[in-house]
Amino acid sequence: MSADKTTRRDFVKGGTLLAGGLIAAPLLSRANYFSGAADTIKIALVGCGGRGTGACLQALLTKQNVKLVAMADAFRDRLDSCYKQINADDLTEWSGNKGNVKNKIDVPEERKFVGFDAYQKAIALADVVILATPPGFRPIHFEEAVKQGKHIFMEKPVATDPAGIQRVLAAAAIAKQKKLNVVVGLQRHYQNSYRELIKRKDQIGEITSAQAWWNNDGVWVRPRQPNQTEMEYQMRNWYYFVWLCGDHITEQHIHNLDVINWFKGSYPVKAQGMGGREVRKGKDFGEIFDHHYVEFHYADGSILNSQCRHIPHTMSKVDEMFTGTKGKIFCGEGKITDLKGNVIYQFDMKTENDPYQTEHDELFAAIAKGDYKFADAENGAKSTMTSILGRLATYSGQVVEWDKAINSGLDLHPKVYDWAAAPPVLPNADGLYPVATPGITKYA
Amino acid sequence: MGSADNQKGHRPDESPQKEVTISAFWMAALETTHDEFGAFWTDQSVTINSSVDAVTRPTSQYIDLSWGMGKEGGFPVNSMSQTAALMYCHWLYKKTGIFYRLPTEAEWEYACRAGSEATFPWGDDANEMSKYAWFKGNSKSKYQKTGTLLPNTWGLYDMLGNVAEWTLDQYDSAYFSKLADPVRDPLASPQSRYPKTVRGGSYVDGPENLRPASRQYSEPAWNKRDPQFPKSRWWLTDAAFVGFRIVRPVKQPTAEEAEQFFKAYIGQ
Repeated sequence: MSADKTTRRDFVKGGTLLAGGLIAAPLLSRANYFSGAADTIKIALVGCGGRGTGACLQALLTKQNVKLVAMADAFRDRLDSCYKQINADDLTEWSGNKGNVKNKIDVPEERKFVGFDAYQKAIALADVVILATPPGFRPIHFEEAVKQGKHIFMEKPVATDPAGIQRVLAAAAIAKQKKLNVVVGLQRHYQNSYRELIKRKDQIGEITSAQAWWNNDGVWVRPRQPNQTEMEYQMRNWYYFVWLCGDHITEQHIHNLDVINWFKGSYPVKAQGMGGREVRKGKDFGEIFDHHYVEFHYADGSILNSQCRHIPHTMSKVDEMFTGTKGKIFCGEGKITDLKGNVIYQFDMKTENDPYQTEHDELFAAIAKGDYKFADAENGAKSTMTSILGRLATYSGQVVEWDKAINSGLDLHPKVYDWAAAPPVLPNADGLYPVATPGITKYA
Repeated sequence: MGSADNQKGHRPDESPQKEVTISAFWMAALETTHDEFGAFWTDQSVTINSSVDAVTRPTSQYIDLSWGMGKEGGFPVNSMSQTAALMYCHWLYKKTGIFYRLPTEAEWEYACRAGSEATFPWGDDANEMSKYAWFKGNSKSKYQKTGTLLPNTWGLYDMLGNVAEWTLDQYDSAYFSKLADPVRDPLASPQSRYPKTVRGGSYVDGPENLRPASRQYSEPAWNKRDPQFPKSRWWLTDAAFVGFRIVRPVKQPTAEEAEQFFKAYIGQ
């Protein structure tokens, strides 16, 4: 915070605090002193990739008096390209409205932080932090943001291993005590069609089974470049490494699994499934599978059949469906039917919103008013754990129990984060990485 | 081109009506299908999402943008940007040496009318629509296989309904008032990504949007659920109803003119 940027209200508030003798307080936990809509809400962006850039713009496009004050990324080029994009002269294609958010961006060189420890410095300067790095880092970033008393928007998934889940759950409990608003980017919770469907879920009676799909072609790949250390290569091509990404069952399919948990009001107690790498092989694709099919069991005996696949030219579908004692819910179509197929509710798709914008609109409105409204972290962690449970089941081929898995202590992360350090998985002489083998791979 | 002020469903952007002369062209009888577009999308000889190659393939879809309505076997390809539709044309040109492109609004309306000056190509009775077009009243909220209903008198199927069709034109609500009368081969040249004109209405529209004269246009909301920045230049998350068909001008451009055309529209 530089002196010449101090607003009148900051000055008045600072004076009040000084008068109260709490000289150190503003540094400790400014968020908790946040007091009114006329004040500027300071944002730090941690993770400046495509999604971080998008989330940052959504935050800056809320109706509140916000300012981006700090940015952090492992890579300078990613930070720079993000900075350039958010400073675009015209955001019409992004937001649908003419204009830009340049006057809401105040990130001079000294508040651009690069490297593995960049997040700590950026978080310290903000009231609200956006955490949008690859998910492997989420637990340590979330922990730090909670420790520093910040409100938080964090992307899904929130971890890649059970040890990370435990850290997020512990920090989530502290965030509740501190009344820090936490929104997790499981944006279906902020999407009109899903909000209308869940209000009406009792129309299908008791849910007896569910299905979830994330089948599509897959995502980007960033081949190895000359002069990259192994750590840098994995950080760039992060999607294909479990410690960073969690595999696509965690990174993408979590959305669908989370919807099932949400409508069920509970989490699975065990899972078993199958999966492998049939098509997406080779040294550009690290260690993750290209398909998983998992049977999740809930305590009431109901079953979720979940499938996710990254194989081009196969049936593609991203959706969720519930069968109950009286009917069915088709989430993608926004439709509820009775068991004979008669439509008993149809969401009007013309009233669908942009849930990615809504999640920020609602979060920042609460913060501006001084309300404590959002505590998404615990569910975010448990839905992430659901996806990890599925992965442990497909990797091992065993029945994996929730309680055992979440308490397994399984920690995929390197001991040291450094460009020269060895990541937890390494390629063989042919450049190929070890891949899980069902029946041989132990899950914990 | 356009409609009379007293036509049922008429909107101000359809007037004043103009007499238009069109140079000869062939038009695809059917909307471009997933199968056809797939031949381009899976062509391993072409780069993916290059910012420099003149022909490059679309990225993977983050989610399934056919939304389960059907792919193989003649379903219309959908949810693509105008850029993606024109890149398909450019790819076809490279493969065949024949220049294909999207129709202009004027060409599209001329082909849709097939000589009719009535509200619909078959006359003024909206009750006839189910014979010719997939619209809100018969589609069950899904697009259908192309060419399964009756064609217009020139043998063109699904001009109205099924998927709405990209044209080349920048959308301008006052476009017709700016045209001479008569006018030859009018085209509103590209200015910005949005809004571009689409024609024909779609399976989600009522009869009022399935008139040869009715004009719709793209807007940023068509991609509102793309969470990345920048948003995809290939795919639209919230426009499942948009597709395209191609035309082949009888008088083919020179190689240089063709490349200039694609550069102007695709930007590389």
